[in-house]
Amino acid sequence: MTQNILNIDPPSGNNFTALKKTGLAMFSVGMLFFLISFTSVTEFSPLLFFTLSIVLPSAGALIFFFAQLKSSLPGVKKNGIQFMSATNRGLIGWTTAVFLTGMYILIYWFPELLENLIRIFDPLSFALNGNPSNQWFLYGTLYTIAVLVMGVRMLIHNRHSKYQIIRTLSVMFVQLTLAYLIPMFIQNGFFFSYFWPLKQEYLFPSSYEYLTASGGIGMFMFFWAAVMSFIATPVLTYFYGKRWYCSWVCGCGALAETLGDPYRHNSDKSLTSWKIERWMVHSVLVVIIVITALLWIDNANENFIFGEFVHSANKWYGFFISAMFAGVIGVGFYPLMGSRVWCRFGCPMAAILGILQKYFSRFRITVNGGQCISCGNCSTFCEMGIDVKSYAQRGQNVIRASCVGCGICSEVCPRGVLRLENGPPKDRFELNKEYLR
Amino acid sequence: MSENILIIGNGITGVTAARHIRKMSGNNIFVISSESEYFFSRTALMYVYMGHEKFEDIKPYENSFWKKNNIELIFDHVTQINTERKQVSLKRGNVINYDKLIIATGSLPNKCGWKGQDLQGVQGLYSLQDLKLLESNTRKIKKAVIVGGGLIGIELSEMLLSRNIEVTMLVRESGYWSNILPEEESQMISRHIRQHHIDLRLSTEAAEFIGDENGRVKSVVTKTGEHIECQFIGLTAGVSPNIDLVKNSGINYNCGILVNEYLETNIKDVYAAGDCAEFQNALPFRKNIEQVWYTGRMQAEALARTVCGNKTEYSPGVWFNSAKFLDIEYQVYGLVNMNIPGEKNLYFENEEGNKSIRIVYTDESVIGFNLMGIRYRQEVCVKWIWEKYSIEKVLENLSEANFDPEFFRQYENDLIKKYNSLNPGKNVSHGKKRKLVHSLFNNSAQSY
Ligand SMILES: Cc1cc2nc3c(=O)[nH]c(=O)nc-3n(C[C@H](O)[C@H](O)[C@H](O)COP(=O)(O)OP(=O)(O)OC[C@H]3O[C@@H](n4cnc5c(N)ncnc54)[C@H](O)[C@@H]3O)c2cc1C
Ligand code: SF4
Ligand code: SF4
Repeated sequence: MTQNILNIDPPSGNNFTALKKTGLAMFSVGMLFFLISFTSVTEFSPLLFFTLSIVLPSAGALIFFFAQLKSSLPGVKKNGIQFMSATNRGLIGWTTAVFLTGMYILIYWFPELLENLIRIFDPLSFALNGNPSNQWFLYGTLYTIAVLVMGVRMLIHNRHSKYQIIRTLSVMFVQLTLAYLIPMFIQNGFFFSYFWPLKQEYLFPSSYEYLTASGGIGMFMFFWAAVMSFIATPVLTYFYGKRWYCSWVCGCGALAETLGDPYRHNSDKSLTSWKIERWMVHSVLVVIIVITALLWIDNANENFIFGEFVHSANKWYGFFISAMFAGVIGVGFYPLMGSRVWCRFGCPMAAILGILQKYFSRFRITVNGGQCISCGNCSTFCEMGIDVKSYAQRGQNVIRASCVGCGICSEVCPRGVLRLENGPPKDRFELNKEYLR
Repeated sequence: MSENILIIGNGITGVTAARHIRKMSGNNIFVISSESEYFFSRTALMYVYMGHEKFEDIKPYENSFWKKNNIELIFDHVTQINTERKQVSLKRGNVINYDKLIIATGSLPNKCGWKGQDLQGVQGLYSLQDLKLLESNTRKIKKAVIVGGGLIGIELSEMLLSRNIEVTMLVRESGYWSNILPEEESQMISRHIRQHHIDLRLSTEAAEFIGDENGRVKSVVTKTGEHIECQFIGLTAGVSPNIDLVKNSGINYNCGILVNEYLETNIKDVYAAGDCAEFQNALPFRKNIEQVWYTGRMQAEALARTVCGNKTEYSPGVWFNSAKFLDIEYQVYGLVNMNIPGEKNLYFENEEGNKSIRIVYTDESVIGFNLMGIRYRQEVCVKWIWEKYSIEKVLENLSEANFDPEFFRQYENDLIKKYNSLNPGKNVSHGKKRKLVHSLFNNSAQSY
């Protein structure tokens, strides 16, 4: 029998090996350069500063993650996550939150302050699409790098789980291609991986006019957007649950599942937060449906009935929901409220998918007989704040509108109690009467 | 008329009894414990130490649950039971009357009378208080020795490893947990333990513990005279029923509190269940003291019915248990490693030597499943054992039992191949067609 295919270092009182220290040092120096790149010294050589403040920290992080292959065997990696300042809402966690929030505010509303930083992305931008960089290129690039680098971390941490490997590769691939490279090459930067109502404007009359005016390809895009929203969404959700989108395709999900993974346990699990979540997410859905409907009515009546009102409602929605909520709070608060703040409390797409998942789907998380020991790992690491154990310990299948099917609850369960599966909707809600009540 | 139901112990047994009695009746329910104010999961203590969860996270119910369900919690120690007056006395001085009393006081870690077992830095792991002690006992230490190789022993080793402490594990038997695990699985886990750089010493027993001038442990001496230096010793040589309370109460006890199949003690209206109870007559193939989470819960469910007037025997059905040895999950259903006359074993282990499937069967039917690193469905395995499926019928349908996450490599075909090669002339095959439909639509939930 092969016994020692897997070799790890012995414990040494200190888990910081030389390789990890190197990675950490490169990352820290790189982040320092990132801050320096806010100043005009970048004019000296944009390429040099890009290398120092983007490539260096990314490489450092990757080295750090790869070093873990030597310090632990494949398996659940959560040691110390509640003790580390970065992940337990400690000082480093708060600093990260302030940094992320600050970046969002600058990108959305004060791009002029980012001018020097934007310029270091010029070489890459020219190489990719022939244009100079702007704040959106900066944002898209950083976002994609975060997904890829932290995706590698996710792959290494979950190397024992094929479900997690395939799923992580999927979000990394979709982010890199459909949400980053392809929109850059086609006119009007269309994202094939975002749909109404998450990208609310894709089904607005203005998009219809704009896209169809650009001919065949534009027609196709509008057609794609409509088909994805109204046909693919219900059909795929019926067969696979909302996970086909939220934890396999969506860009917000991609960031949550990679950059957000170390923070997933910070989501609130209380019954109160579940209540707030249901009110908020469904209200946002109602608002965006109403806005979309009014825009079309308005369009058909040539601005006759509602006039400026819908347009300013739409603007406010764009400001408060799309920018403030989805961006600033949604990502900025990762270290404080877990990785899915936006997905839980705000995303109208999640709301629709959730309703479909709960009432018209084959998806459920099956509970294995009476094996649950109420250890709480599943609930702790559910990024959507679902108290999974409250179902598992009663032997009741987990069917929750908000579950994004990330599969982490099933992975961290030390007793093999949970399995994500698709089956006939008929007996989804069954209790395991034999074992538990 | 509502009765006063008093439950001593807020572990899984006491709490399950309370919840079920509440569901079935309007009785007044009191749950007393001196360990913690609210019920927590003992099995999850390790995750708090390893930093996976906060203590708050291992409480199975929100604090508001108890009030909502009108279950009164009393955070105090019971010092005496008076079965004549139907009263218990609490440490803080109160006396409470009961109509029915449930004793669910759990276990205490065994101390085998080693010389030096009371030194500072020597301890067991059972209670919340033990966990707090462990925190202080293991701060800044480099080397620990675990004495005893059972489930708690390996959990404690994993906990210490998570803090980068070197661990030596002394196991009396010649293989890890070899009184429960079959030979191959025991070897697999022994290998896995060593892969984690735990210094596993088989067939080794501790003789005494030696302290330094401050009364703090500094080494262990084994029965062969070897000295092993360490700053901490974990005693994990099993647990025994916590029966201090009944010793002068007229309630009969042996190792545990003696009960019949209805969990009744010799005294009317006094019941015992969970880790602290001992059956006068053990059920076939089961021990008369059952010290696991699941049995505590099932005993409490039966007992709750009896207490509410629907007298119900404890009949737990097919045995099951599960655990996790470092990174390898373990599940067992039915009779494994019990040397049943005429039993045969079909065993498959993957090439990496960290996953295995074992099916135990007789000429008539399948009697047990033992899984390492692979998850199987309890309902399906239990049904097959209960309904006496033949080995071949089980093999043909084996993929129904697999409960691993989607995309995981499945080994059922390898097991069947092995069966065919060991039994020339047999040609069992997997229901192929079904498997295709299965994997396409992932219909596993439908198949039973
Ligand atoms: C570290 C560890 C890991 C384990 N892991 C597993 C596992 O993975 N799977 C499994 O099946 N089992 C496991 N077990 C065993 C399982 O936890 C026990 O079988 C189970 O908790 C017993 O439950 P109980 O309710 O009978 O007793 P307990 O949980 O011990 O509860 C008894 C309670 O009564 C209190 N009490 C006692 N006397 C008094 C008194 N006089 N006054 C007031 N209160 C009193 C005690 O303080 C305690 O809180 C584990 C045990 C330990 C220690
Ligand atoms: S319930 Fe499980 S699969 Fe669903 S979101 Fe939570 S952790 Fe992910
Ligand atoms: S992780 Fe598994 S055993 Fe623990 S509470 Fe959740 S379902 Fe139960």
